[in-house]
Amino acid sequence: MGSRLRTVGAVVVAAVLLGGAAAVQAAREQRVPPPPPSEDSLYLTSGTAVRRLTVGYSALAADLYWIRAIQYYGGVKLRFQKEQPPAAQPGGAPVEAYPLLYPLLDLTTSLDPWFNIAYRFGSIFLAEPYPGGAGRPDLAVTLLEKGLAARPDKWEYMQDIGFVHYWWRHDYRAASDWFARASTVDGAPWFLKSLAATTLAEGGDRQSSRTMWEAIRASAEIDWLRNDAERRLSQLDAADWIDQVQADVNRARAAGAPTSSWADLIRAGALRGVPVDPTRTPFELDPSGTVRLSRQSPLFPLPLEPQRTMTAPQP
Amino acid sequence: MSRPVGVIALNVFRESVRDKVLYNLVFFAIVLMGASYLIGQLTAGQDVKIIKDLGLAATSIFGLFIAVFIGIGLVSKEVERRSIYILLAKPIERYELVIGKYLGLVLTLAVNVAVMAIALYAVLAYMAWAAPPLAEAGWERPALDPAMLTAFLLTFCELAIVTAIAVFFSTFSTPILSAAFTFALFVAGRFSADLRNFNQVIESPVANGLTTGLYWILPNLSPFDVRSQVVHGQPVTAAYVALSIGYALLYIGALLVASTAVFSRRDFK
Repeated sequence: MGSRLRTVGAVVVAAVLLGGAAAVQAAREQRVPPPPPSEDSLYLTSGTAVRRLTVGYSALAADLYWIRAIQYYGGVKLRFQKEQPPAAQPGGAPVEAYPLLYPLLDLTTSLDPWFNIAYRFGSIFLAEPYPGGAGRPDLAVTLLEKGLAARPDKWEYMQDIGFVHYWWRHDYRAASDWFARASTVDGAPWFLKSLAATTLAEGGDRQSSRTMWEAIRASAEIDWLRNDAERRLSQLDAADWIDQVQADVNRARAAGAPTSSWADLIRAGALRGVPVDPTRTPFELDPSGTVRLSRQSPLFPLPLEPQRTMTAPQP
Repeated sequence: MSRPVGVIALNVFRESVRDKVLYNLVFFAIVLMGASYLIGQLTAGQDVKIIKDLGLAATSIFGLFIAVFIGIGLVSKEVERRSIYILLAKPIERYELVIGKYLGLVLTLAVNVAVMAIALYAVLAYMAWAAPPLAEAGWERPALDPAMLTAFLLTFCELAIVTAIAVFFSTFSTPILSAAFTFALFVAGRFSADLRNFNQVIESPVANGLTTGLYWILPNLSPFDVRSQVVHGQPVTAAYVALSIGYALLYIGALLVASTAVFSRRDFK
């Protein structure tokens, strides 16, 4: 009994002392706030070196770098949303956003060359322009080619490379080549073959873009990719809706109605109400009668759409 | 197996249970359960893959520490405590003592690996049950993939080799030195494939001969690591597994023969 009492007493004293230590720490932090988290840094950048250091437990190390990569991406994106993003470099060159995203994904895939999602995540968020991504389609392609070297039968990587060329670089010949290559792999979806032909013959169009984003949404393994594809599809819908509203505005202008505000157009009977985008945010109408996506819309800014290379049908 | 070998092996197992070695299983289960919750918040849909990686790696790491830190004391502890005199006074051959000790620790490791495998499958079963259907579609392999058993089996074989190394050093060296030697051989064994490629960077025939010799003599442990392949659904053929097990059995046999030879020549007067 005595021994049990002593044990209980010791536990209570230890708990009280620990609580006291926490209280003192809180008091100290109130008087002298702890320093903010240090700048992002990556001490080891060589996949080979890290692989050696892990003594064979490289898959586990890859998981840690993967967690770090998505925390890093999410953290920087949040910071850009809360604070003023860094200014563009002189001469209008793009800012270097997410500088650690590629090294982290490169390390992840060096440690675990079969880490499928790391390649696909990289292909989207490395290529996407600032502030949503690093704006480095070249690195996205490099990462995907590395994945292809590890798994030459992955048509998804070929499709993603073609997609980067199509959507971000507007290099339709390269895109078509990659779609065609992907279409020859067993298990590849049927649409890749026709996409390759369309892209080569006509360049980009909204329907092809929609097909690709729908394919990415369908094959997305994680919510981040799926949500990004959803957002892109909504942007394409918004572009369609803008075209429709613009056609209505143009018709009203041709009929002699004033087109400087939505109220004018509604009064003239050209529109039934203020047109909105897929997120229910009203479109903007500038004084010259041009319909635009609102800067307040979650879909802003609309991406530069791939353009058709052949605008008129061949005779 | 002779009767004394079985008795000694069972006693080593009982002793490890008394020494609370199996408490690591509780720690393992807590780590897995805690990780399965935390990782779900951090990994953007890769929770099942990461839990598999974590569970398989933890099985290997925990097993490694048990193999080394208990293996190095199996024989040397008896010498230090002078209980070796009582043992050798009994009708037991020295080789029976070494083999019995070894098998006892291998039994402990087998129980460890088996319980860890059950715990990992239980956590994965819960995750599969709790996961929404959309998340399941993104998994490379099913959560309860039986192929993981291959990784557990080969991890166990690797640990059995490490245990044999620890027992070998334990027959003639101090525990601290034995631990250092065993860890060094473990690391060398994980990278021994590099020795094979030395002839591409070294021109000296003597050095090449030395590295080639070391390549064949040192334990080649990296082939036992099929964890990544299994998690990603890459094929691990039955022939590969059979040859790896064959290599492990022969290498362990060689180490036990060497351990017995060294231990038989030791003078305890």
